[in-house]
Amino acid sequence: MSRKITRRKVLAGTAAGAALATLKFPAPAIAQKAPFKLGLLTVKTGPLAEGGIQMEQGVITFLKQKNYMMGGRKVDLVSADTGGNPAGAKTKVQELVERDKVDVILGPLASFELYAISDYIIQHKMPTLSLAAAQDLTQRKPNPYLLRASATSSQAMQPMGHYAATEMKLKRVVTISEDFAFGYEQMGGFQAAFEKDGGCITKKLWPPIVTPDYTPYLAQINDCDGVCQGFAGSNPLRFMKQYHSFGLKLPVCTGETGGDDALLKSFGDEAVGLISACPYTLDLENDSNKRFVDGMMKNYNTVPGFYAAGLYVNCQVVDAGLKALGGDVSNKEKFLETMKGLSIADTPRGPIKFDHLGNVVGNIFIRKLGKEGAKYGLKLWNKTVKTYENVSQFWVWPEKEYLAEPVYTRSYPPVKKC
Amino acid sequence: MSRGVLGLAGLAAAFLALVTLPLWLTQIYYVNVASQILFYAIFAFGVNLLLGYAGLVSLGHAGLFGIASYATAYLLAAGWGHPLSIIAALIIGLFSTAIFAALSLRTSGIGFIMITLALGEILWGLAYRWISVTNGDNGINVHTRPTPFGFSLTSAEAFYYVTFVVFLICAILVAIFVRSPLGAALRGTRDQPRRMTALGYHVWMIRFWACMFSGLLTCVAGILFVYYNQFISPQTLALTSSAEVVLMVISGGPATLLGPVVGSALVVIVKSVVSGYIARWNFLLGAIFVAIVILMPEGLVPGTVRLWKLGWRRATTRRPSVLKTGGPPA
Repeated sequence: MSRKITRRKVLAGTAAGAALATLKFPAPAIAQKAPFKLGLLTVKTGPLAEGGIQMEQGVITFLKQKNYMMGGRKVDLVSADTGGNPAGAKTKVQELVERDKVDVILGPLASFELYAISDYIIQHKMPTLSLAAAQDLTQRKPNPYLLRASATSSQAMQPMGHYAATEMKLKRVVTISEDFAFGYEQMGGFQAAFEKDGGCITKKLWPPIVTPDYTPYLAQINDCDGVCQGFAGSNPLRFMKQYHSFGLKLPVCTGETGGDDALLKSFGDEAVGLISACPYTLDLENDSNKRFVDGMMKNYNTVPGFYAAGLYVNCQVVDAGLKALGGDVSNKEKFLETMKGLSIADTPRGPIKFDHLGNVVGNIFIRKLGKEGAKYGLKLWNKTVKTYENVSQFWVWPEKEYLAEPVYTRSYPPVKKC
Repeated sequence: MSRGVLGLAGLAAAFLALVTLPLWLTQIYYVNVASQILFYAIFAFGVNLLLGYAGLVSLGHAGLFGIASYATAYLLAAGWGHPLSIIAALIIGLFSTAIFAALSLRTSGIGFIMITLALGEILWGLAYRWISVTNGDNGINVHTRPTPFGFSLTSAEAFYYVTFVVFLICAILVAIFVRSPLGAALRGTRDQPRRMTALGYHVWMIRFWACMFSGLLTCVAGILFVYYNQFISPQTLALTSSAEVVLMVISGGPATLLGPVVGSALVVIVKSVVSGYIARWNFLLGAIFVAIVILMPEGLVPGTVRLWKLGWRRATTRRPSVLKTGGPPA
């Protein structure tokens, strides 16, 4: 195995060369202007790649708008592909921390990736702004180095449950979601909030992540007046298509992945009427969102969804933290505390702040999918029908009461007879 | 200088390079990559015993690998100490291997592939769905590494040396096994199972013990894996993991001692180092495999040896022919 010429070495060599050339001048100028290293853990290969590529697009859109400058320092983006599996995430986080010596990590995407590196980021005291929704890492097993500016798995589903019970006037709902932790936590949050407001979950269906044909599950949807789906990736497209052709007409509600704005260009008429709850919405009219969407259209000719927006907001948090400290992040604890204490008014999802566990408190938008108001060359559009403001991960429950319950699983909360 | 001496010198050089590796690879990151190569090489040794020496392709070994990993992580989480957990994980792993072997050795060839594939998928499904034990796809964290004789394995270098020692022991054991009468008998069952039966060998039993040894190596690698990553989740047991290690063996050279090591190095380096520079590293890995299949269908190690011999023969035969110019051909 030969030694590789890394970017670091090239940089070091150039710096040394420059230092030699300007021997007469004082040296510290170089130390102050060292670039800020932004590490991105994303997924560019495998089944999760679609979301992972959007994450990178969100980051690059932000950096381009800022001319690759944050808090007066030049930014060096180091992007790593975990391949969407835990061992890959571990290897890549080591690469970012040990080899590239990054100052902060954005990502990873999936909950199991975040669990795999959780101990490691504590050991290395590495501020991490993740998109992964794994609830317990900001709840029952909090990781002090973690900040989440997007949402926990059930943060958007809890308002959805409230909306379904009070505004959609649903009484009996069947839930259907992929058979893994993100699905359990999403549906658990929906169920808890929906039942609190008088609704009833009659059945919970869990098709495997790779299900070519949903017919056997669709046939079990009966004895209800609405459906809640929690699919992710490209599964919502297939599910809605099959739901429609199966002849089901009941209203469908979903979360941030099931009605993601990035899917709008691929949905067909079968999805019209879909109600989704999301921490970001394309149709929010504020300056920040306009800049963000224009940037995405200019750079990639595509509208952003939840993944790109999540990373864009993460970048804003890092940027604001750097500015507050004047670009000096040598004390990581201080950097983390500064970011945790921020409240940013102008983000593409509206104002945000963090709770003491590092999770975001912000808007959740309830949108209805239709044709009205479509922009950016799209045929379909998610139109916001209600905004829940300052939603925390605990919804309306007191934190203590919420944390005393176990984390949502496949069998918790249980389906009651009603 | 004969080729044997050259080979020995090469081995000694490789050994020296590996012993001093943390000294010349100053970046911790690369030391960690080296540890990964070594424990994946142990895993590949295990698969190679069946694939190379017994002619039995298993697509379920990631399941056994995962059992050892999960057993270690589960017992540690349950409060057992490191030595007890490791020993118990080995016993559980070997017991599972015995069941695995008893079921899959009822056939050979395609049948064996399909049964191991099915068993591997069952174990993967169990890891996903037996949430009370495995914690589903949120996985189990292992918070500490062991400290044998007060020697902490927390640092990358310490972990590398322990992996290296375990790797050496495994390599020596495999070398002894392959050269032993049992190893010769195993190759016999691969090439001529009927004749071996006619000669009075118990073909099933020979294959069974090969499976057990293969399972032992796989479990050792699994335990090193879980201590290295300090995390285990169902993705580790997926079919792609089984296929990856089979590819390591096939690309390096089945039925050779060095093949699995070279294959493991190839896959790990492309996956973790090259992927930092090339976004389409999957494509690159695929292209390398295709190139190996076209240029060196027998694998990198035997293929290189073949080319080396060819070059050697050319070099040694050309010289006399130059000296003998003018003389009548014999």
